[in-house]
Amino acid sequence: MHIVVCLKQVPNTTQVKINPETNTLVRDGVESIMNPFDENALEMALQLKEAHPGTRVTALTMGPPQAADILKEAVGRGADDVLLLCDRAVAGSDTLATSYAISCAVRSLGAPDLVIFGKQAIDGDTAQVGPGVADWLGIPCVACVRKCEIAADGKTATVERVSEDAYDVVEAPLPCALTVVKEANVPRMASLRGKMAARKLAIEPTTAAATGADPALLGLAASPTHVVRIFSPPAKTGGAKWEGLEPAEAAQKLVAELKNRKLV
Amino acid sequence: MAELNYGLSELALEIRSMMREFAQTRVKPVRAELDEKGIFPIDLLRELGKMDLMGLYIPEAYGGTFDGDSLPNIIAVEELSRVCIGVSVSFAANGLGSDPILIGGSEEQKKKYLPAIARGEKLAAYALTEPNAGSDAGSIRTTAVKKGDKYVLNGTKQWITNGGEADVYCVFAVTDKNRGARGVSCFIVEKGTPGFSFGKKENKMGIRASATRELIFEDCEVPAENLIGREGTGFIWAMKTFDVSRPGIAAQAIGLAQGALDEAVSYAKVRQQFGRPVIANQGLSWMLAEMATKIEAARALTYATVRTIDSGAKDYSKFSAMCKMYASDMAMEVTTNAVQVLGGYGYMKEYPVEKMMRDAKILQIYEGTNQIQRDIIGLALNKEYAGAAKA
Amino acid sequence: MGLLIDREKCIGCGACAAQCPFGALSLDAEGKAQANEACTACGSCTEACPVGALKIEAAEKKSAGIDLAEWRGVWVYAEQREGALHGVSFELLGEGRVLAEKLGVPLTAVLLGSGVEALAAPLFEHGADRVILADHPALAAYTAEAYAEALSALVRKYKPEALLAGATTIGRGFVPRVAIEVRTGLTADCTGLDIDPATRRLLQTRPAFGGNIMACIECPDHRPQMATVRPKVFKAAPAQPGRTGELVKETLDLKAPAVRVLETVHAMENEKNVADAEIIVTGGRGLGKPENFALLRELADALGGAAIGASRAAVDAGWISAFHQVGQTGKTVRPKVYIACGVSGQIQHLVGMNSSDTIIAINKDPDAPIFGVADIGIVGDLFQVVPEIIRALKA
Repeated sequence: MHIVVCLKQVPNTTQVKINPETNTLVRDGVESIMNPFDENALEMALQLKEAHPGTRVTALTMGPPQAADILKEAVGRGADDVLLLCDRAVAGSDTLATSYAISCAVRSLGAPDLVIFGKQAIDGDTAQVGPGVADWLGIPCVACVRKCEIAADGKTATVERVSEDAYDVVEAPLPCALTVVKEANVPRMASLRGKMAARKLAIEPTTAAATGADPALLGLAASPTHVVRIFSPPAKTGGAKWEGLEPAEAAQKLVAELKNRKLV
Repeated sequence: MAELNYGLSELALEIRSMMREFAQTRVKPVRAELDEKGIFPIDLLRELGKMDLMGLYIPEAYGGTFDGDSLPNIIAVEELSRVCIGVSVSFAANGLGSDPILIGGSEEQKKKYLPAIARGEKLAAYALTEPNAGSDAGSIRTTAVKKGDKYVLNGTKQWITNGGEADVYCVFAVTDKNRGARGVSCFIVEKGTPGFSFGKKENKMGIRASATRELIFEDCEVPAENLIGREGTGFIWAMKTFDVSRPGIAAQAIGLAQGALDEAVSYAKVRQQFGRPVIANQGLSWMLAEMATKIEAARALTYATVRTIDSGAKDYSKFSAMCKMYASDMAMEVTTNAVQVLGGYGYMKEYPVEKMMRDAKILQIYEGTNQIQRDIIGLALNKEYAGAAKA
Repeated sequence: MGLLIDREKCIGCGACAAQCPFGALSLDAEGKAQANEACTACGSCTEACPVGALKIEAAEKKSAGIDLAEWRGVWVYAEQREGALHGVSFELLGEGRVLAEKLGVPLTAVLLGSGVEALAAPLFEHGADRVILADHPALAAYTAEAYAEALSALVRKYKPEALLAGATTIGRGFVPRVAIEVRTGLTADCTGLDIDPATRRLLQTRPAFGGNIMACIECPDHRPQMATVRPKVFKAAPAQPGRTGELVKETLDLKAPAVRVLETVHAMENEKNVADAEIIVTGGRGLGKPENFALLRELADALGGAAIGASRAAVDAGWISAFHQVGQTGKTVRPKVYIACGVSGQIQHLVGMNSSDTIIAINKDPDAPIFGVADIGIVGDLFQVVPEIIRALKA
């Protein structure tokens, strides 16, 4: 079996702060990380590899040259091969153009049996690229998967697809795509030998042209959506802050206030 | 954070960052629960095995990553201890349990046992102490009688770290009771051997995540090929093991004290009294300054000792004893002071320093009490100055 | 196309690099601004540049030849699950009504499923002028492929100018495929929608970077303009009993889906869902350990059955399932009362709950960002304060 895991390097948005004076993002000291949901996708691929000997896992990313870091991290954890799609031609791509570019990269790897994505990336939060890539590839996609088993004959995947208040047991023929939720697993940490192997790895970037992509479908020009304005969310100012009250006093005051506002 | 240049290798630095992340993400969230309920951290150890971190002291030929530099292992223990020594002692006890095989074992024994230990699939334990043989290890009563191609073991071992959890035990037993310490031999005993069972698990003051248990041998037959070295060499393996393992106890102490300092300084910067953070009080900041200084002194002594051992020096018992003694006394002091810095909060289980202080005490006791360490150092001084007195 | 940097004008001040939300700009060896692949041509930097060295070159005129005038009407995807309409459908009808009126076009609800005709009536009552129903056995259970195929076929046939869907696991699962099929843009998780009266364009506002910035997005040359909207962001339109409209039954030729739903398990039924709750009690990292959620459950009971929420930190620590997670990567909630206990208030949490009617925060740290959005903030130890609140409620 050949599994392709699509990864994205993202700024750690939990560290991003807004400078209240200039109302701009403070990115200083914000590290670049592997998108947390993609870690779960990678872990699912690695667990499938362990369960099905002979399986090969390829980690794929699209991004600037430094995105090679997350591919090295993936190798440290056990990925066999990597593909770094790095091309100015894809700059400004929205989800339509991005999913096209990634679908070409996936296709250039042959015909993988399974393409796994994280549920969404924490910088864009669109959750569109996984299903989009699947559509370009013409394969099914099951989104929000927390469990995946592949039949012994390697022809079908049985997955648990979670929704807001239930889960479905779904059977999908391979090849197919999955997007993975956090509760699927606990991502492993890289091993020492894996890290050593990753350190020696020289990752050569691949261009979109080399993956057979049609330049007319890439980048800003091929992107229907445009960001026309970026602004900071209006800051909500806090209301009353009670400090130095005894716990019982604060509690009584709160309950009185809630009753007063007819909230309880 | 500024740090002294200890000339750590790339491997040591890599392992430090891996262990640091592991301790923060895996151990810290569960340490209070492991402590409270006395849960052995088997999942954590298995995960460390998958990360190739259970064989840092085992040579590459036997599946580990040891390349002649012991500092990566020492630093791994230190980083794990910074978050929880209940977990770190369970980790380090594998090294202690493997050391007799590494030091005195045959090629066959090494090939048979060490690779699985390096992968974290099997755990090891070191079984010397008995109810009546603590510091006086020469007075052990467990016996091993040769019968054909087997030895028959009888007796009880006490307070064995990783007891019940480990798969491979290095057990010290008397093969010739007329020869005292020279009549002690060391055997590899596998869990599941008929006649080998476990007694009660101890309910301890600290390091509660670790398993401390009795081993009971009742006509337990062990193949003769499981004898390490020749008959009567056990005491040599026991003492040589301690010489190389005591810096590991020091590493636990340094890590633990560093963890307590981390908590104390962070708290002192945030806690406001009389309108300013408490760290602004000179009395308190001097306390922190001394804590930090002593930790660094212990680290320098320990790393230097490890380097000396690695260099092939013959005589290092004194330094091993010094770093174990100094670092563990320091850790007791630093963790006690960390509780003091946090005041009433420090005494509560909501904050980790209470556990750290309970955990610290064992470091002054196990692998030779600190009184024994002083004896060793005193004895060494007496010997070293024998010539000087004549001169 | 994209960002143009005038190297002559650039003075190497770095203002653009500081401004760029994507970290795409830096200074090159000659001290001039340069952009890397992360650039999305959003234009933030053009405003920051003091010398006007940066500009966004308009994308080349699309030759796709889409006649925008052919595309008219606002559509709402009416989501149903197991024969029941999802609440977001009514919220979208409420917002869709506003947009349709601004554009002077009718509002259509699209209903997909098998044996779901009865659901058309409530859609009319909540503001739909027309319901297009595709009732087909292949749509009995939700699969992204069949639903995307059906909706794409309807879009191609009727040519709506805008299409809204709920950002639920279903909407986010298949609507992206529709966008690819019809080659148009899709903006996810919008929190604000409006119409530019001059261009008739749909202005789609959404949070990005974990809610740290808001982006306004347009889809100028492609149709339909598609957006998903998170549940609880808009208020549902009130029902007008007896209101009705045109029901169009479409017969589609759909393949049997290759993906099969074997079983649906309602494992969460015993738990109150934060998405629908009037009162939510949320625990964060400050709870310290999973057992302490019991204290919050006690408070929830004392409040007459509130739902339990959790911050990402609490979920990531494994203390409680992701079902309870509130925030950018969890659920968006809009209860009457939101009580945050030991939640520091990371921006990604705040975006999921800051439109709650009344927010109460309990935290030891007086500087915790949660106090910035709280209507009532109590600085104190939750383990002391919460039991007292329970006592006061029971008194």
